Amino acid sequence: MQPLEAKIADPAKRSMLLTALYIAQEQYGYLTKEAIERVATRLGLPVADVYSMASFYSLYRLQPTGRYVLQVCEGLSCHLVGGADRLVDYLRKKLGIEVGETTPDGLFTLQTVQCLASCGTSPAMRVNDALYENMTAEKVDELLDTLRGYHV
Amino acid sequence: MFEKVLTRNFSLPRSESIDTYLANGGYQALQKVLREYTPEQVIEMVTASGLRGRGGAGFPAGRKWAFIPKDPQIEKYVCVNTDEGEPGTFKDRELVEKDPHQVIEGVIIASYAVGAHRAFVYIRGEFFLGVKRWIKAIDDAYAKGFLGKNILGSGFSLDLSVHRGAGAYICGEETALIESLEGKRGQPRKKPPYPASVGLWGKPTLVHNVETLANVPHIINRGAEWYASIGTPKSTGPKIFCVSGHVKNRGIFELPLGVPLREILYEYAGGMAFDKKLKAVIPGGASTPMLTPDQLDIPMAFETLEAAGTMLGTGAIIVMNEDTCMVDVARRLMRFFAHESCGHCTPCRTGTTRMLALLEDLEHGRGKAEDIERLEEIASKMRGLTFCPMGDAAANPILSSLKLFRDEYEYHVKYKRCAVAA
Repeated sequence: MQPLEAKIADPAKRSMLLTALYIAQEQYGYLTKEAIERVATRLGLPVADVYSMASFYSLYRLQPTGRYVLQVCEGLSCHLVGGADRLVDYLRKKLGIEVGETTPDGLFTLQTVQCLASCGTSPAMRVNDALYENMTAEKVDELLDTLRGYHV
Repeated sequence: MFEKVLTRNFSLPRSESIDTYLANGGYQALQKVLREYTPEQVIEMVTASGLRGRGGAGFPAGRKWAFIPKDPQIEKYVCVNTDEGEPGTFKDRELVEKDPHQVIEGVIIASYAVGAHRAFVYIRGEFFLGVKRWIKAIDDAYAKGFLGKNILGSGFSLDLSVHRGAGAYICGEETALIESLEGKRGQPRKKPPYPASVGLWGKPTLVHNVETLANVPHIINRGAEWYASIGTPKSTGPKIFCVSGHVKNRGIFELPLGVPLREILYEYAGGMAFDKKLKAVIPGGASTPMLTPDQLDIPMAFETLEAAGTMLGTGAIIVMNEDTCMVDVARRLMRFFAHESCGHCTPCRTGTTRMLALLEDLEHGRGKAEDIERLEEIASKMRGLTFCPMGDAAANPILSSLKLFRDEYEYHVKYKRCAVAA
């Protein structure tokens, strides 16, 4: 049997895998079975191999999410200044969902993440690709209103 | 007042732009190197400067450069580690967002010194602004002829591109970073061989932290002797300290290595917020053992912190006041390590998960006295038994917490709640 490595003509080609998964995720909304199969075919890799990558890295989504993914940092520095759990609790009540869930209107998904390297400006959270720092309940309210405003 | 070196441009308008960088002496070190120095001379200068890695391990940079084979027939690579994720650390993000050209200049000089013609930036997927800043800065550097073929007519060529990670703390470990660059799961390799001999695609590879590379242009511009005059004999140069937690002014402070911890906390970070009492300090990021208020006069240098049983790590200082429950702190740190363990080595994968379960039980009043011993047993047995330093990193804070604050764990067992008011 041919070794797996030999099937990949150019080792640099495999380096495109992380980027390819980002592109597929952008196109499909999340990494569906079809998305993973397409990436595998294009790069000449086994589907299981591509799936194992998608499940290893936390920024790849294997489940559908809302339009805005709210990721609250639960790191120590955020916790010490009244963020982390408190911010998560506030969002849970405000949105009526648990961590990992999406609001019925499909707008918001609530998640917790590890350190966002914003320890000096904590509490911090990400909304899709944007970083929000020094968060308070008021700033969360304002942010959610703004985001909702785009979809009236 | 210490003269800022690495952060000197941070407060300038559009500090991230190539124009600001050039107007403030940027890329002069590169021109000097290409015109006046041989690669060997550059390595000698960096060695003489005493520069040590700023990513956590503190390995001498010059020695790392000298390990790369000299044979021009062998292809070599340089990787810039921007996978900053150690809780408490936020210096590399600032360096990339506020002065990326300083790092690029360091990359080009390092690549020239080791004979690499291809370099990669590996950046955390979460750093969206950082990715944009890197790409823009690299484009501008190409446009001015600092990157690409025949740089400034010297005959030296270098290509630099950005590779975005996808959410994995472990990719900050250099062999995991290389695996990830190759398009694989970020699981550390067994060492030796070290990346300097077998790295990216099996070729010699130099991996450096952003802050380490940012120092390089200054060493060239102002000399190794000047650089070595800053700090202590074994920890030379400036360091960006990140201060977070219960202080009045959180943020980054660039100071010479060897500055006493007390000075950073009380002169620069403004002392304790709400004038509460200090309880404990994590000196170098989540994986470094804690210090107590009686140790505040310790100089913040590699050798002094090591002698005190802890580490300088990334220079990320997390300050905790008297209202902090240390069991909760340990639980939070373990949640991080359990989440970020890559799963490759059993002691780390199972150890972090087991310790987290025990800490959750203790924190929520379900803990038993033997759980404390069990915790200690798992943590001490994890150390030294993993491919990468993550096993030690996860065990260290727990062992130090148990040593310093065992009474709080016992209180949790006995009264099923925190010993502190909060």
